[in-house]
Amino acid sequence: MSQMSPTAEITGHAHSGRDEKIAFVIMAVLLVVAPLPVYPFFLMQALCIALFACAFNLLVGYVGLLSFGHAMFLGSASYVSAHTAKVWGLDPGLAILLGAACSALLGLVTGALAIRRQGIYFAMITLALSQMIYFFCLEAPFTHGEDGIQSVPQGLLLHVFDLSNQTILYYFVLAVFLFGFLVIYRTINSPFGDVLKAIRENEPRAISLGYRVDQYKLAAFVLSAALAGLAGATKAIFAQNASLTDVQFSMSGEVVLMTLLGGMGTIYGPVIGAILIVTMQQYLGQYLGQWVTVIQGSIFVVCVLVLRRGIVGEIAHFFKRSL
Amino acid sequence: MLSILGISTQQLFQQLLVGLINGSFYALLSLGLAVIFGMLNIVNFAHGALYMMGAFCAFFLLNGVDLPTLHFVGGDGTWAPVVSTVHVSLGISYWWALLLAPLLVGAFGALVERLLLKRLAGLDPLYGLLLTFGLALVIQGVFQNYFGASGEPYPIPKELTGARNLGFMFLPNYRAWVIVFSAIVCFSTWFLIEKTRLGAYLRAATENPTLVRAFGINVPRMITLTYAFGISLAALAGVLAAPIYQVRPAMGADIISVVFAVVVIGGMGSILGSIVTGFALGVIEGLTKVFYPEASNTVVFVIMAIVLLIKPAGLFGRTA
Amino acid sequence: MKSTCLSALIASLLLTTAAIADDKIVKLGELDDQSSLYADSGGPGSVLAVNMAVEDSGLRDKGWTIDVISADHLNKPDVAVGIARQWFDVDKVDAIIGVQNSGTALAVAGVVKEKNGVLLVSGAASSDLTGKACTPNTIHWAYDTYALANGTGKAIVKQGGDTWFFITADYAFGHALQRDTTAVVEANGGKVIGAANVPVNTADFSSFLLQAQSSKAKVVGLANAGGDTTNSIKQAAEFGIVAGGQKLAGLLVFISNIHALGLDIAQGLTFTETFYWDMNDGTRAFSKRFSDRMKNHAEPTMVQAGDYASTLDYLKTLEVMGGNPHDGAKVVAKMKELPTDDPLFGKGTIRIDGRKIHPAYLFEVKKPSESKYPWDYYKLLATIPADEAFRPLAQSECPLVKK
Repeated sequence: MSQMSPTAEITGHAHSGRDEKIAFVIMAVLLVVAPLPVYPFFLMQALCIALFACAFNLLVGYVGLLSFGHAMFLGSASYVSAHTAKVWGLDPGLAILLGAACSALLGLVTGALAIRRQGIYFAMITLALSQMIYFFCLEAPFTHGEDGIQSVPQGLLLHVFDLSNQTILYYFVLAVFLFGFLVIYRTINSPFGDVLKAIRENEPRAISLGYRVDQYKLAAFVLSAALAGLAGATKAIFAQNASLTDVQFSMSGEVVLMTLLGGMGTIYGPVIGAILIVTMQQYLGQYLGQWVTVIQGSIFVVCVLVLRRGIVGEIAHFFKRSL
Repeated sequence: MLSILGISTQQLFQQLLVGLINGSFYALLSLGLAVIFGMLNIVNFAHGALYMMGAFCAFFLLNGVDLPTLHFVGGDGTWAPVVSTVHVSLGISYWWALLLAPLLVGAFGALVERLLLKRLAGLDPLYGLLLTFGLALVIQGVFQNYFGASGEPYPIPKELTGARNLGFMFLPNYRAWVIVFSAIVCFSTWFLIEKTRLGAYLRAATENPTLVRAFGINVPRMITLTYAFGISLAALAGVLAAPIYQVRPAMGADIISVVFAVVVIGGMGSILGSIVTGFALGVIEGLTKVFYPEASNTVVFVIMAIVLLIKPAGLFGRTA
Repeated sequence: MKSTCLSALIASLLLTTAAIADDKIVKLGELDDQSSLYADSGGPGSVLAVNMAVEDSGLRDKGWTIDVISADHLNKPDVAVGIARQWFDVDKVDAIIGVQNSGTALAVAGVVKEKNGVLLVSGAASSDLTGKACTPNTIHWAYDTYALANGTGKAIVKQGGDTWFFITADYAFGHALQRDTTAVVEANGGKVIGAANVPVNTADFSSFLLQAQSSKAKVVGLANAGGDTTNSIKQAAEFGIVAGGQKLAGLLVFISNIHALGLDIAQGLTFTETFYWDMNDGTRAFSKRFSDRMKNHAEPTMVQAGDYASTLDYLKTLEVMGGNPHDGAKVVAKMKELPTDDPLFGKGTIRIDGRKIHPAYLFEVKKPSESKYPWDYYKLLATIPADEAFRPLAQSECPLVKK
């Protein structure tokens, strides 16, 4: 039904997992040595957002559902994680798991509502639901509204690893990112993932073959929500705060931008897109100020008009590989 | 004084009236969105930004613009180019702005449709959504750069200043005008689309463009004009909003998500649905502010969730 | 032979350690809202003020290297914290100046303490910065919610405004302002009969103003700032709040708000500030130099004046210390030792809790007929002496104050 990801054609090519595995090794090695030249705080930010984008891409690239409200999963998990770590004094690992679990639950509830429609209607519903969550977070006392939750303690992971040590913290965040990435990879390349792709290609056919399509879509939605929540919860621990920015509509828009730029329906697309956008915001933001918004909007327009496959998608298409 | 649930009837009527005012804006904006979506199957995310452009247009028409000029200075053989700005004062009043701003912004909309949206003709409508979303960011960003975020003041037109004492509250004349004018515009549009020949052509062109083309009607032009018309409705709402709300670059972004919820509740293709739902939701929001103010922001979305559970096509919509 | 080698070695060691400890390099970071709600009262004007203070200190001519960088925190605590962290970790900033928005300032104060930098706040208002959230690295300069509440609240209650309804910006600042004003109103025999919490950056205040009207309170207190204040005052005029007999109390009003509203709407508004450009020759001289360099020739607001004065005092203190030890708590302790004197705020001191002490003034906005030249907006109603203007140490919740 939805032809949202033009990379559908690419997966028709010889799907040798070899290219993807090589790319994974390269990515992992680069990320392991990255904190030497690059400011680790910025890297951790990029990693969390990249995981968020990958989780979003699972839904749009492989199931064909464009969610315009994914920030609700990122933000609510970060609030839960920050609150449990600060006020309940939980171990950071537990706080993160709780945050991700809450997002999964939220995903179940909102997904059940949103799955009823497809395409544009699905996007509008997710948008409205995330706005509801935003206003709830604005009013709820435990989030402290505009001020956010500050000074979240980083604590001792598993009573052993001192997360206030920058190096340990970085490798922990990297481990979380790689874990999430691998979960997505395994999901896509599994029988479950094949059914999802079938639903994307031709939903009526999948139904006629006897698959309970709604259940598959909901499962994918919940998984995407849980991983987005994992990213948000980790973000709260390393950044030591949780604020309205994470649950605002602009965050939902940005993740769409990153995935579109990187390539919907490719595995590495969202990672590249996220790194590019976060870098631009961080380093060019000082010189360009408000022009960053204009640039982001222009990238959207240009991508939709001429670069629908995204950067990684175009590269993959050019080399006739699967990335 | 009567009292319902601890709130006096006076307060109730006050908030109902204020709700109707907000509802007028919701109705006008969701009408524009419904026209564009119903006729063109495009979800126009730029609607909020174009509403903002309408308000700024009214501001420019009144206060004039700073036009960049290039002139040369110097003597003794060397002429250096100097870019400076010249202030062109226009002094066009609010009443003319009500006509001109929608025309100007509508023309801009037509340009956008011709140059950008046409290229997405055969594709998944989600691409249209993404394109207009990007466009909204560009427009808002440009305005924010030149005007900052605190916005510009726009005076209430002299003829509409002052307030009328209704007994239970002072109703500012301008806000009364907003309600009346929006109602007129909304129902005229509904009439135009549902009851006139032109409207019939438009509706036919949506259902079966090839057949309508075969009858000799220029369908692409009709599509461009329809988009421009929807945009001009947004700009009109912007001019109406300028004297009450500050003319700010972010004013569109603030209101757009509520307007989308209104359209979903009303039924995405239904013209009447968006008008009625817009006014009704404004009133409901106003009532919520009295009884349970903390929920006033979320009530529209809660209603949307309920409607989706019961009638996914929307209250007035046809199943897509 | 050996002894001269040894003494040369010792001498060079001493020299290098001295060089590492105290150098003449200072890096200042101006962190503010440059583009949104509060940009007019601080924003680019504050950056100018900091630069002017650096120039006026004369330290560059004495061989010091002083850099000023600035950033926009978009009124978001998480953005501000990210910038502050990077400034300390990567850019080697010594002092952060400005920080409008109380929520943001409170968040940044935590980072400044962790990195042992210096925080000079003139933009944010919450009295908690020198109260329960005080740190040995924070100095709160221009004003705070207590001074505003004490000045304006007391004056209005004494005039007969003894029942209040608050329209409050729903974040740290608004709540602090409402809390401090409530305390003053009740201490002077008044009563607060209602309040409405309004999200920041709300465009439409009509339903809240109507609630205020129905409450029949004698005074409608606006516990908000920036664009929110301008909007609520404008719409209050539309709905006839003052015409209906209620008094409008702007609890935090800057000259930039009055300029945006115009004297027609703003006349008669009573509020407290600690600086006015037209007070005396000293303020006038500074303001002329300032407005000449401002894009729209605006006169300085209390925030921008505070940024100038606090930066100047910081640099003067470093000069007295003979160099920059890059130890925030040490410099702040020295600043608290030395008395202050600048043409903007006059003579004053900095208390142990980080609170800068100077007099406050009660102003009223002039009628259009009373204003003789551009920006001639205020008339002085009363002066609140320095020792009464701010929260007494005895009532302070700051852990630095030994009881």
